[in-house]
Amino acid sequence: MSSPNSSAAESRTAILGRLRAAGESGPLPPLDTAVLERRQWPAVERATRLRKGMEAVHTEFLEATPADWPAVVRAFCEREGLRNLLYGPTSEAGAALAAAWAPGGPQLKPYDRPVEAFKQELFGDIDAGFTGTVGGVAETGGLLLLPGPAEPRLMSLVPPVHIALLRASTIQDSFWSAVKALGWGRALPPNALMISGPSKTADIEQTLAYGVHGPKRLIVVLVDDLK
Amino acid sequence: MHAEKEIHFRDAAAKALLDPQLRANFRRAMDGLITKRKAQFPDPRDLQDLRDLSTAIRSRSLLCLPELLEQLEASCTKNGIKVHWAETCEQANQLILGILQAKGAKTLVKGKSMVSEEMHLNAFLESKGIEALESDLGEYIIQLDGETPSHIIMPAIHKNKDQIARQFSQKIKDAKYTEDVDELTAMARKVLRQKFLDADAGLSGVNFAVAETGTLCLVENEGNGRMSTHVPPVHIAVMGLEKVVAQLEDVAPLYAILTRSATGQAVSTYFNLITGPRGAGEKDGPQEVHLVILDNGRSRIYADPQLRATLRCIRCGACMNHCPVYTRVGGHAYEAIYPGPIGKILTPQMEGVGVRHDLIHGSSLCGACGEVCPVEIPIPEILVRLRREATHDDMASTVAGKGTGRTATEDWAWRLWAGVTKRPALYRVATWFATRFGKALPASAPLIKNWTQSRTKPVPARRSLSERMRAEGASHE
Repeated sequence: MSSPNSSAAESRTAILGRLRAAGESGPLPPLDTAVLERRQWPAVERATRLRKGMEAVHTEFLEATPADWPAVVRAFCEREGLRNLLYGPTSEAGAALAAAWAPGGPQLKPYDRPVEAFKQELFGDIDAGFTGTVGGVAETGGLLLLPGPAEPRLMSLVPPVHIALLRASTIQDSFWSAVKALGWGRALPPNALMISGPSKTADIEQTLAYGVHGPKRLIVVLVDDLK
Repeated sequence: MHAEKEIHFRDAAAKALLDPQLRANFRRAMDGLITKRKAQFPDPRDLQDLRDLSTAIRSRSLLCLPELLEQLEASCTKNGIKVHWAETCEQANQLILGILQAKGAKTLVKGKSMVSEEMHLNAFLESKGIEALESDLGEYIIQLDGETPSHIIMPAIHKNKDQIARQFSQKIKDAKYTEDVDELTAMARKVLRQKFLDADAGLSGVNFAVAETGTLCLVENEGNGRMSTHVPPVHIAVMGLEKVVAQLEDVAPLYAILTRSATGQAVSTYFNLITGPRGAGEKDGPQEVHLVILDNGRSRIYADPQLRATLRCIRCGACMNHCPVYTRVGGHAYEAIYPGPIGKILTPQMEGVGVRHDLIHGSSLCGACGEVCPVEIPIPEILVRLRREATHDDMASTVAGKGTGRTATEDWAWRLWAGVTKRPALYRVATWFATRFGKALPASAPLIKNWTQSRTKPVPARRSLSERMRAEGASHE
């Protein structure tokens, strides 16, 4: 009997052979992207649109300035009685938050070790996660995230509350224009993500329920840096 | 030619029609989905432009399919994703088993994947002592009852909350009876969170695979897809070989039309782009990512220029939601992994047009499916083509089981018809008898029965047209 590897290689040859035997590639139909190009808004309107789209799916917004956003995050945590906030100490947003964080009150917890040594605590003891974003999408509402070494993937997924920092100037018109503006089409890190709201389901009688597997609440700290 | 076959769909549909609870559950759900989809496309020009663009992208991808698959493999490999190829479901199952056994994995937590349903992966793994747990809420609900999905997007849509409440209170440890949807959801969350935490491996489907960047795109609302692909140490993704597109820019319009067509959402909660396992310096994410590319009859469908359009499908389910047959009988009546209009053309092409003859005929050809399809698959035309393929093997085609759907009764009836119509004297005698005694034929007579089981038996005219013309002459008014 052949090993799974050799049979997988045979399968590959057979499948590609059959597809090739199906004939010439033929002329490619042209792509008319006008419908995507029509989706454009001025910068101020982009923030309003994003907010409207995301609020419709239960995302909450906090308004902030480039100077006071760490205080806005802190005030939210205190108001909600959060015991702790998970952050990425080496990320730009995380470092700025830590620099402004006064002792006492909600505790800042760094995600600074491999998940294998952190899983139980992450699933059991973390009240909220704080991440930056690399942009937003105006057309539908949505945050663009690039999780990675500075901001691990599970920060925006496992804690019951996700707080995300969004600078209004980084909001793109659409996902399509964002892919082009951020150069995602050329190369991507191991994980990239768009998030539009807290986790939800409609699998029981099409009734919307929030917080099924991921965060129950998504808080966007919207920094007005357009002025 | 095969012997007379049992027509499953007709019987199952008749049974489903008599179930008022099932019909109410589907009617409510489908009406909701139709309304929500419509609200997402307020401008008919935008909708048509987006459909044309999406169709063109899918058609282009299929035109270069072998090249794109090779490019995808090369890009994924460069990114550290291991690519495996399987011609059959059995091979795909063995591949996955091999990956799991190499890691000593005993539990697999699954995000939603229709291809894994196609493979009957759960049953296969259970037989090998590996627990495969569905984590999409709808899939979790039906797995508790040992059922299959009745809709490709909303797998548990045939159940209402009372039924789910009873089921949870019986099957989840320490669960109390509640019909509150938030409480039911919270119960599932509690059970499944622990499973995500403990699972040895995770499995997902793939909505789009990007050849240029080697990226697997996953569309979801719940977060179970992200949990299944990011928490366990191993992630296995399974995809049908048609899922590949050339570049990430191509994904944007497909994603836009997918969520709007499927659930009437402009955007899903999560759009997860996976381009590799845990990278250097990363603190989480799987150590290994595997991609299993499955054929299972797709390359045969690909070989036919007309039928190839079947492979444009992005699995939104809009054809089901708008189908007058599906909305009345529900998904289980089809006894197929893919129900509804897309299932009626996909299943017979995968399993054989002869053995799934029943599905090809389970349509009124009203055309609603073709009208709403975001990638303009001409489902009614393909159904008509497959109806011919099922009873004829004279076409130069690669259709599985062509000509095998012809039944002995049908064959006998056509021979009789041909014999009578070729002999004018015999034809006159036959029509004389039919017009004089047709009325007396019982509605339960063979062949007639098929028509009369849901209709009144037609009454033949007293005299045939040619008799009247001979007697009365023809006038040109």
